[in-house]
Amino acid sequence: MASSHHQPTDGRPAPPRQPDAQPSLGEILRRNGVSRRGFLKFCAATASMMALPPSMAPAIAKTLETARRPSVIWLSFQECTGCTESLTRSFAPTVENLILDTISLDYHHTLQAAAGEAAEQAREAAMQANMGEYLVVVDGSLPGPGANPGYSTIAGVSNYDMLMDTVKGAAAVVAVGTCAAFGGLPKADPNPSGAVAVQDLVKDKPVINVSGCPPVPMVITGVLAQFLTFGKLPELDQYNRPRAFFGQAIHDRCYRRPFYDKGLFAESFDDEGAKKGWCLYRLGCKGPMTYNACATMKWNGGTSWPVEAGAPCLGCSEPDFWDAGGFYKALSVPPGKPGDTLLAAGAAGAAVGLAAGVMGRRKVKAAAKAHRTVTADELEQKL
Amino acid sequence: MITPMEFLMWTKGPLFQLALTIFALGLLARLVEIFVLGRAHNYAVPRGSAVVGGLRTLYKRFHTDPGTFKSAPFDVVVGIIWHTGFIIALLLFIPHVELIKSTFGIAWPALPNPVVDAITAITLLGLLAALAHRLLHPVKKFLSTPGDYVIWAVTFLPLLTGYLAYHRVINPYPLALGLHILTVEVFLIVLPFTKLTHIFTVWLARYYNGATFGRKGVQS
Ligand code: SF4
Ligand code: SF4
Repeated sequence: MASSHHQPTDGRPAPPRQPDAQPSLGEILRRNGVSRRGFLKFCAATASMMALPPSMAPAIAKTLETARRPSVIWLSFQECTGCTESLTRSFAPTVENLILDTISLDYHHTLQAAAGEAAEQAREAAMQANMGEYLVVVDGSLPGPGANPGYSTIAGVSNYDMLMDTVKGAAAVVAVGTCAAFGGLPKADPNPSGAVAVQDLVKDKPVINVSGCPPVPMVITGVLAQFLTFGKLPELDQYNRPRAFFGQAIHDRCYRRPFYDKGLFAESFDDEGAKKGWCLYRLGCKGPMTYNACATMKWNGGTSWPVEAGAPCLGCSEPDFWDAGGFYKALSVPPGKPGDTLLAAGAAGAAVGLAAGVMGRRKVKAAAKAHRTVTADELEQKL
Repeated sequence: MITPMEFLMWTKGPLFQLALTIFALGLLARLVEIFVLGRAHNYAVPRGSAVVGGLRTLYKRFHTDPGTFKSAPFDVVVGIIWHTGFIIALLLFIPHVELIKSTFGIAWPALPNPVVDAITAITLLGLLAALAHRLLHPVKKFLSTPGDYVIWAVTFLPLLTGYLAYHRVINPYPLALGLHILTVEVFLIVLPFTKLTHIFTVWLARYYNGATFGRKGVQS
């Protein structure tokens, strides 16, 4: 664990890092003026996020207090920095922020001061010092092995090479944001850069997807806290997302749900229904197919969340959400103009029916014409 | 490999357009042909109004004939239950109304979801009971063709997949929704070419029946 390399600063005064006197998390938190109460509150929240009974909170607190700082290498590929923004600017200092400050972010392209060769040296040093133990966090998708690597490089190294090289000694990989988790915007049709997700490439290490565009900050810190506390990976869903945060659909936890069930909808963004806070399904809400923690954990330190603010859920934590039809089209509404198709096909069908009918009538008429009448005498003669 | 979302977009997009095309083309061709062929000319002097008779029978066939009820109470009761349930689930479920609105430009009030949910469950049970009866009743079994079982499945599956999607039994959700839409598309495609056409022709048949009787002055 001990490392003697120069720690790149993240712009804030970082506690000096001595190889043999590494402070525990508890010490750092206390040094930063976090009260015992605030800390326990965070642990209780973490416990509930992990679907553990509240009685587990003290145990979590104990583990967290004595936890050593795990080394984290943060790689940013084809991304917009929104995920890092979400994480760092979420709120005034919270326990979560502090925990994140205290993880040893050994390499973060956006946050570190060093750049280019120096930064790459820092990454390699961190890898070497923490071989087999460090966490790799990735935001952004990357051009796949078959694509032109020139679409995204860092210090002349392709994203693909850097990822594969970095994850070799990693304990696990956390793909932060929908781009890293599922390809996101770069992978959206027609995917010019041949973008792929981290899990498409990393097959021999556990990959945890923390999806969202961006992810709820508490979810990022929650996953890291969970890793710190239990030293093991959270239970994942079929998309490798932590079940504790992505286990329930937005729609099933949405406070507007009673309106949906009653059939009360906002029809436009400023009609009566919108003002009364009715369901946003007709305005394109993708809550029914989206699994994320927005409805329960909310954004901006629990202030509000998109649906509460009157904006339909875009489904940002789901694979291919960019290509899931219009953002403002109701989920059950197909793309294109089905009405026109129906009319055109119906007209063609009517023409076919008309032709068939006319032909049928002709046949009947022709048969009537060809019909020869016979008298009873003629019949008798034949017999 | 195709992702669940691609599957959903494929069923919602091109496949839905294809299904609509086959459905509208087939159905209109058949209905218009029936209209154009018309009825054989009746030279007898009319004793009553054909139109009134037709309309009366159109309505009156909703009343169950006591004789039929006596001889096949199960078919009457279960048949009414699942036909009604099917129509309610189809036409009064919020996302369906939304789809109809986007296709035809018309909408109507829908039922609360929990109500549609319960009705769907009853309808599914009704269809299962109908299948069981068909398999267990010697005469029905004798009369049933493989096509009858296929049509049963084609009718049952959209309800089942819709029910499973609503309750999130199939995951991920785009797969569940895509499967539901796919089964509906199968229903739409086979509708004009199988006995499912009765959804539309039953009204013609009723009218023509009633009209024939009405013209003859028969109380039907
Ligand atoms: S606003 Fe969206 S998530 Fe909430 S109930 Fe309506 S459709 Fe569901
Ligand atoms: S409400 Fe939906 S679109 Fe908005 S952040 Fe949450 S999951 Fe993403």
